[in-house]
Amino acid sequence: MRPAADRRAAIAQGAALGLTAVVVWWLARNTSVSLAQRGLTLGFGFLGHPANFEIGDTWWLSFSPADSIGRAILVGLLNTALVSALGCVLAIIVGFIAGILRLSPNPALRGLIRAAVEIVRNTPLLLLLLFLAASLHELPPPQHALTPLHGVFLSDRGLVLPAMTIGGWTIVLAAATVIALALRRRLGGWIAPAVLGVATLVSAAVHPPAVAVAQLRGFNFAGGVTLSPELAALLAALVLHQSAHISEVVRGAVLAVPRGQRDAAGALGMSRWQTLRLVVMPVALRAMVPLLATNCVSLIKNSSLAVAIGFPDVVSILNTAGNQTGHSIETMLIMIAVYLSLSLLVAAALGRYNAHLLRTGSALS
Amino acid sequence: MRRAARLGMWRRAERLAAAVGVAAALAACTESAPGASPNEPGGGGATPTLSAIRARGAVKCGITEGAGFATPDDAGRWRGFDVDFCRALGVALFDDPDKVQFIPYTQEQRFSGLQSGEVDVLVNGTTITSSRALRQHFHFGPIYFYDGQGFLVAKSSKVTKASMLDGATICVQQGTTTELNLTDFARRNKITFHPVVMEDLRAAVGALAGGRCDAISQDGAGLATTRTMLQHPADYVVLPDRISKEPIAAVMRTGDDAWLEIVNWVFHATVQAEEFGIDQKNAAQFAQTTDPSIRRFLGLEPGATDGLGLDPQWTLHVIEKVGNYKDIFDRNLGPATPLGIDRGLNKLWTDGGLLYSPPFR
Repeated sequence: MRPAADRRAAIAQGAALGLTAVVVWWLARNTSVSLAQRGLTLGFGFLGHPANFEIGDTWWLSFSPADSIGRAILVGLLNTALVSALGCVLAIIVGFIAGILRLSPNPALRGLIRAAVEIVRNTPLLLLLLFLAASLHELPPPQHALTPLHGVFLSDRGLVLPAMTIGGWTIVLAAATVIALALRRRLGGWIAPAVLGVATLVSAAVHPPAVAVAQLRGFNFAGGVTLSPELAALLAALVLHQSAHISEVVRGAVLAVPRGQRDAAGALGMSRWQTLRLVVMPVALRAMVPLLATNCVSLIKNSSLAVAIGFPDVVSILNTAGNQTGHSIETMLIMIAVYLSLSLLVAAALGRYNAHLLRTGSALS
Repeated sequence: MRRAARLGMWRRAERLAAAVGVAAALAACTESAPGASPNEPGGGGATPTLSAIRARGAVKCGITEGAGFATPDDAGRWRGFDVDFCRALGVALFDDPDKVQFIPYTQEQRFSGLQSGEVDVLVNGTTITSSRALRQHFHFGPIYFYDGQGFLVAKSSKVTKASMLDGATICVQQGTTTELNLTDFARRNKITFHPVVMEDLRAAVGALAGGRCDAISQDGAGLATTRTMLQHPADYVVLPDRISKEPIAAVMRTGDDAWLEIVNWVFHATVQAEEFGIDQKNAAQFAQTTDPSIRRFLGLEPGATDGLGLDPQWTLHVIEKVGNYKDIFDRNLGPATPLGIDRGLNKLWTDGGLLYSPPFR
């Protein structure tokens, strides 16, 4: 580009930036003045106040109504993270399988997958979500729960599993064993993993893992771990919806691999599976990864539909907190910050993976 | 608190729009607020809301959809208990029950809508609480409905009182005081429950019908409405227990004194009219009355409500065009309606209830 054009572009961009800054400053100033006129003050002090509401699903972090609003929001954030992480992984797995199967030489299988993908892709996610939630409500009540295995109950209250408690040291040692196994070449062979493995077994023997089976008491099961129907419906809807999109990405990326590459692999005597794994996928993956990142980000954002069926995700809890305390602008800001950082985090992680792919040039090595 | 039955398809977009709207309107307000004239007819100081209403030629009333309280009829005309009080405001100001613009809100959106100036008043079943008055800076009109939170359960569950709900899964609607009351009730009675917080009341109704929830908890009036949404209402029962006080009143922004007084006295007038025995049918006959207190009330003699700056006979118009409290209650909620709500505490003080109007003199 010529220097003059360069300068013009710089001036235009600077002007646009300046204008945006002025507008943002004007909005912020007027908002704060207006709030002050109404005797309202912005502030995050309310995060320390007791929540006084109950949360249905809690994972990893216990919660009682006497805990702070900040902790309630954290519980919601962990719920969102759980759904997003499980959802992304499952959607990619299901999407890959569906995408590959759509390229199958069997026309019946191809048609079936195509119909399924088209139906899911063209159904609004909220409708899918409400449909799945309503279907799960048709399961039998707790008194007549299905028991496929001893201690496992399936009812309209969700899937109840036996709770297993393992000593803290056993978990730490088991994790160390896995790490030592992975790094055994650098740690000089099998000695370290073997020692750690024995230590894990000893620890497990000293504090044997306890299994608590849930009991039906009154309205519901007490004890055990419950996978609520809301979580199941949300996860299923997100995975179905997003994997349909991902399968199209996979299919497109595989089709984009030049025909010659496949022919060359065939000429070398590779099987179909070998061709796919060693030749087609490594090339296709490069085209796919940025789109997979986009799909994961959509899934995270879509998980906020949880509020429609009653799963306490971060949006649901922020809504409640904002409504009970009147700090709706602050909770909205937290919501924006949460989703922005989650999206950037996923984009950064998959971006790094993509850079790695481009650097090494091979995907599945 | 109670009822909001719209399907939540566009809820998310609406909420975002509401948030952006709040920010934008708050930003814009600093510019427009000083423009209001300092002395309204009948005003007590600066009243931007009242002058805006007069300039617009209509009252903007925030409502929340729910059978009996606010629903559009087949012709698309809003009807209901809350709607009638909004219409009474339209009559008081413009002698026309149709000079009202209705803006439906969910429980979550309502306060943002009022704060941002999108509506002049909320008549949507909001409970008066100290933190809403003192921390969120809202003004409340007189209590126009005395309610309390209760439970709706399936008859087959054999539950007959609230304390039997230990360990139950209870569906509640998001953005209400219900969740807090329920939590307090459980802590006070040392019972546990599992909440499922839904954004949409219809989802909660589906969950109760499907057996996912053992109970729905809402205000008593809301439960009567919710019960009519079930496919087999006769299979469900509202428990007699009330676990909270829910005094329902109209909500306004602070700093609009003349407007506040108009809302106050319009509500009082419906109660006072019932006490005098003046109703929609017989109102015209009272023009010949010789009872001085009734003559003052109806504006046949000056003095009672001059300070409001309204037509001297506004009370007569309100009763003729909308009705007294009993007319409004019976038409929308009473035993002759599908809701069949008993007046209970909402009887006149002379009949053993709590409704009591200050004297019009």
